[in-house]
Amino acid sequence: MAKAKPRVKLPKKAAKGEIIEIKTLISHKMESGFRKDSKTGELVPRKIINKFVCSFNGEQVFASDWHPAVSANPYMSFTFRAEESGTFVFQWTDDDGSVYSIEKKLTVS
Amino acid sequence: MIHNPLSRAISRRRLLISAGTGGAAMAAMTLVPGLVLADAASVSESMKALIGDALPSEGRIELDLPQIAENGNTVPISISIDSPMTADDYVKTVHVFAEGNPRPDVASFHFSPACGEATCSTRIRLAKTQNIVAVAEMSNGEVYMAKAEVKVTIGGCGG
Repeated sequence: MAKAKPRVKLPKKAAKGEIIEIKTLISHKMESGFRKDSKTGELVPRKIINKFVCSFNGEQVFASDWHPAVSANPYMSFTFRAEESGTFVFQWTDDDGSVYSIEKKLTVS
Repeated sequence: MIHNPLSRAISRRRLLISAGTGGAAMAAMTLVPGLVLADAASVSESMKALIGDALPSEGRIELDLPQIAENGNTVPISISIDSPMTADDYVKTVHVFAEGNPRPDVASFHFSPACGEATCSTRIRLAKTQNIVAVAEMSNGEVYMAKAEVKVTIGGCGG
């Protein structure tokens, strides 16, 4: 089974009070469940990332529930107001229960 | 490119018409024939399941979508709502619905004051030309709504 690869882009440093942009991407087919296999004619079952969560120092900052209408290789960007230094945890949850996770540190001065 | 909210009554369920052009790429993405698509009524149902009986007011949401999407498989969408995003006054959740997709639910975005701004972007699949509806729930209970039409040249909900 292909592993989904997540990537996150955000600045390593920020000034206190600064609003930074966080860009995330995960490689995933996001099989909608509405597609027919061209060879067998069978419906390809749904298999998508249905939840994305971003936490900072243990508290949820931003989260998103995804349905099959979210494109393959889902891109998600949002913002964060930097107040203190710490660690982000980004998590993506697949329909099959797999959880993909990335951590990033932010230094706030 | 920012759309003025459009009102468009879609009163009938429509059967999917497979796109005739597009070649091999479309063949791999053919939707199940006879699949009934969503419409404004099913969007209302999905909305009610998420926001209950709250009646949305129009406005406040900047819903940014292309007027014409060349590829329905990946349509960029940005949402921005002017809000102080303080503990007393922030955008809690934004739900997005697609009136013309097989299912109306697209995504829900859960913000917190830590976001600093109520802004987010992603890419979505649109089966055909249709209205996209965004509904925003504020921390004080107010609900807002915005609509934008996207013309889709090659539909993309099949893969």
